[in-house]
Amino acid sequence: MSNIPAELRYAATHEWARLEEDGTVTVGITDHAQEALGDVVFVELPELDIDIQAGTEAGVVESVKAASDIYAPVSGTVIAINEALEDAPETINEDPYGSGWFFKLRPLDTAELDELLDAEGYGEVAEDESD
Amino acid sequence: MTERTPLYAEHLACGAKMVDFHGWDMPLHYGSQVEEHHVVRRAAGMFDVSHMTVVDVDGSDAGGWLRWLLANDVAKLDTPGRALYSAMLNDDGGILDDLIVYRRDVGWRLVVNSATRETDLAWMTSHLREDVVLIERPELAMIAVQGPAALERAASWLGEAAEAVVALKPFGFLQHGDRFIARTGYTGEDGFEVILPGEAAAAAWQALLAAGIAPAGLGARDTLRLEAGLNLYGQDMDETATPLESNLAWTVAFKPPERDFIGRTALTRQRDQGVPRRLVGVQLQTRGVLRRGQQLSYDGRVIGELTSGAFSPTLGAGIGFARIAADVDAEQLEVDMRGKALPVSRVKLPFVRRGESR
Repeated sequence: MSNIPAELRYAATHEWARLEEDGTVTVGITDHAQEALGDVVFVELPELDIDIQAGTEAGVVESVKAASDIYAPVSGTVIAINEALEDAPETINEDPYGSGWFFKLRPLDTAELDELLDAEGYGEVAEDESD
Repeated sequence: MTERTPLYAEHLACGAKMVDFHGWDMPLHYGSQVEEHHVVRRAAGMFDVSHMTVVDVDGSDAGGWLRWLLANDVAKLDTPGRALYSAMLNDDGGILDDLIVYRRDVGWRLVVNSATRETDLAWMTSHLREDVVLIERPELAMIAVQGPAALERAASWLGEAAEAVVALKPFGFLQHGDRFIARTGYTGEDGFEVILPGEAAAAAWQALLAAGIAPAGLGARDTLRLEAGLNLYGQDMDETATPLESNLAWTVAFKPPERDFIGRTALTRQRDQGVPRRLVGVQLQTRGVLRRGQQLSYDGRVIGELTSGAFSPTLGAGIGFARIAADVDAEQLEVDMRGKALPVSRVKLPFVRRGESR
């Protein structure tokens, strides 16, 4: 059973979002997603300072198995990207909710976070897929 | 219902992620396929390949029949204890399967792909001769032990056969008790493959594990064989491609000219008229991963597509095989990766030889 922290919000497309104290939102992929993908060998990060819409493509994660698009869980401006992933993409497998983060957004409207799944809701999505 | 090898419980005990591989429940990896890849390149790993189909060929005309059935010539095996790699072709020269044929003291042994088991057996049976007998050996298990430290670490398990196994040349083999041990493999590394009774497989696996040989799954097996420049049946070759179009011309024995073999007429015609396509190695020149099915172009024209693609853990780059139009000599091509044209270079195979990039 994969790890689904209660304090995060989730997209059905397997991204997690964390509202930080400074009002920014950190985004990554879930433990369930990294487990399903297998070893991550390449990431394509979004560009800094671009505006992205919730649900649109923000990057790519390539594993030994497949290439998967990463979608922005909420709308906003990209204010940081985790460049360390370029040289150490396996960090996503090792620490998906910590040093394996993908990018940070300045959200357009934090209310969009409420439209995302909570841990329980995402747990059901993940479980359905594992069947 | 999927089939299980005699090592199924060992895989679970090693923490395997199991997948359905052509009807067999097989280990994809035991945690990290990239780590398993590195272990085989740097030390020693082992693969359960018991799903593969073992067929013994006996009878007074077995050798003569194999000379007709296979594109390579088993007459090259002038003594027992030697093996060779061959394609088995249809009348059009298309590849039905690739296999290893072993010349035993009495009779012969074939190891063919499990995914093609039924079509292979049907083909062989329908082309059988009177004095040839086929005996499938589903009761046997097979473990591939591969890597630069494979022989050293397996020495105690090999026991009194160890010295003789080390002394074997590549593609040599010996029978020691109920163990059939061959210096073959699918990784480009040193090592051996052992065929043994299914009921002896678990104890062998446990002993090899205790000797420091790490379990490795189908995922690592695929990237290792790709780096080693070895084709995978069903991906890099099938009935729609001849050996000449599959980088396997070296496995077709046109000499002696008087030897007839199935597919010979078609291959000779293709060789004389010019081979339209060839299988080449390519390496992505930017960061990223090549995948099977991606299209290659040159000078704005689509010239072929990738038959296999992966991220090479040894090279840290995207690599693959592509079947391309034979009239393209250019070294620099482009791959269409999700709508983007990225540069790839043709690379002489193998990508990796004995742990080192070329």
